[in-house]
Amino acid sequence: MSAVLESMSSSPTVIPLEKAVPEKRARSERLASQGVSLANGKPRLRAFALAVLPPVLGVGLLILLWQILSANNSSFPSPWVTWQEAVRMFSDPFYSKGPNDQGIGWNILASLKRVGLGFGLAAVVGIPLGFMIGRFKFLAGMFNPIISLLKPVSPLAWLPIGLLVFKAADPAAIWSIFICSIWPMIINTAVGVQRVPQDYMNVARVLNLSEWKIFTKILLPSVLPYMLTGVRLAIGTAWLVIVAAEMLTGGVGIGFWVWDEWNNLNVPHIIIAIVVIGVVGLILEQALVALAKSFTYEEAGN
Amino acid sequence: MSIVRSNAKFIEVQNAEMVFETRKGSFHALTKVNLNVEQGEFITLIGHSGCGKSTLLNLLAGLTTATEGALICAGREIAGPSPERAVVFQNHSLLPWLSCFENVYLAVERVFAAKETAAQMRERTAAALALVGLTAAAQKRPNEISGGMKQRVGIARALSMEPKVLLMDEPFGALDALTRAHLQDELLRIVAKTGSTVVMVTHDVDEAVLLSDRIVMMTNGPAATIGDIVHVRLERPRERVALAHDALYIDYRTRVLEFLYHRQARPHKEAA
Repeated sequence: MSAVLESMSSSPTVIPLEKAVPEKRARSERLASQGVSLANGKPRLRAFALAVLPPVLGVGLLILLWQILSANNSSFPSPWVTWQEAVRMFSDPFYSKGPNDQGIGWNILASLKRVGLGFGLAAVVGIPLGFMIGRFKFLAGMFNPIISLLKPVSPLAWLPIGLLVFKAADPAAIWSIFICSIWPMIINTAVGVQRVPQDYMNVARVLNLSEWKIFTKILLPSVLPYMLTGVRLAIGTAWLVIVAAEMLTGGVGIGFWVWDEWNNLNVPHIIIAIVVIGVVGLILEQALVALAKSFTYEEAGN
Repeated sequence: MSIVRSNAKFIEVQNAEMVFETRKGSFHALTKVNLNVEQGEFITLIGHSGCGKSTLLNLLAGLTTATEGALICAGREIAGPSPERAVVFQNHSLLPWLSCFENVYLAVERVFAAKETAAQMRERTAAALALVGLTAAAQKRPNEISGGMKQRVGIARALSMEPKVLLMDEPFGALDALTRAHLQDELLRIVAKTGSTVVMVTHDVDEAVLLSDRIVMMTNGPAATIGDIVHVRLERPRERVALAHDALYIDYRTRVLEFLYHRQARPHKEAA
């Protein structure tokens, strides 16, 4: 969870810098084309360097530490060996030699499919439930104690229940994803509904809007940013949980693959898997951040 | 006055009492409020903050219900909010995800959907925006226009419903003085054109005298009531610069100021 929060807080600081650079370039180019001699190009170059240098340096340092570690430890592969292995692996990501030996691509897709199913079901159940809990105090009173009690439980604790009910590993893993994704969606949607500004509800009352118009024109647009925050938190947690769930259930999937490679003592593959899991998680999160941005409306203050 | 008033008791407030139940106990906001408003009349409610003028307006709007007493509009008891009594909110309350046009259209659609085609309703919406001089900004979102323009959209939204009564809660309170003056002039022009009945809450003495037929002055809360009423018998159309030296105007202004600062001096000790 803390990783999710960190990436949340750091992402807005990066984006404006990237946006600012091309805009400045356009202006200076325009000035240059008018025959204006620019004072110097340094500030622009510096801003660019300041944006690029720290991340590059950070990654470089990590690789250096890794190199030192592997040099003193024969069981740990060096960055170069791992890189070569990764290149070999990604040159054929979709091979299939039986159920226990499939390409990394199939493993990622299998995990994403589980996350998608569990997450989708959680959205179908959680978002309407959140709306109702937010709208009706009675329902909030009914559900709040249950949510408070069950929210802190690790989704993996639900895995045996899933196995018991569904009698199969795959639905049980999806079940765990469903459980861990549903809480943030319910809670954020409910909070969003409760925070719809009273002014907007007064407008609805004065105009005497129908329940359907209230829902489509007022509730939904003003809840959407909250809802998407819930969805984003949910996808982050779901991606964390799927790895652990798959380690327990087996089959095809990135989590089980990590465990399998551990049994084979193939450490480079484990490291590659860690990076791949990180990259996929990052892409999922950023996609939802972008989606949320396009649905966020500035408050129409004075 | 040349305007023929068709109904002397268009809005009737009879012995209205308003008590709010709060966590700290009950709060008696209004007591024994009696007021009759003629059709086509422009009324302003003025008083110190916390005197319950917005509470009275909310009662007229039907957003809250009086604890006791009766409120009647056009022969029917006010039981809840209705498009017949359009409200212009202080903070304009436009929906930020809709364009100015869509904000107004939402109101038009609510009132006229049963009788008119979509094309006619679009025409109405465009006409309402034209009335407040915002045709050019119709497709803009509220966050893309100035505070004064937002307030004009709020007025257009209210007028587009062809309400029987226009209720305005400090509509120009958040605007700078020049924008406010400009919108007051526009409001005078619009009301002269539409003949609307208007009840407006304000804390601005000049605004009250310039716009009103009657100024309803409220005593300080708690348990506020109507302290006095000034009939403003100035010829319309009114012109603010000419009125600045008008003896009658100055007299009305002085009477309101005297009420506010001598007879109902601002309470110091009360937290409310």
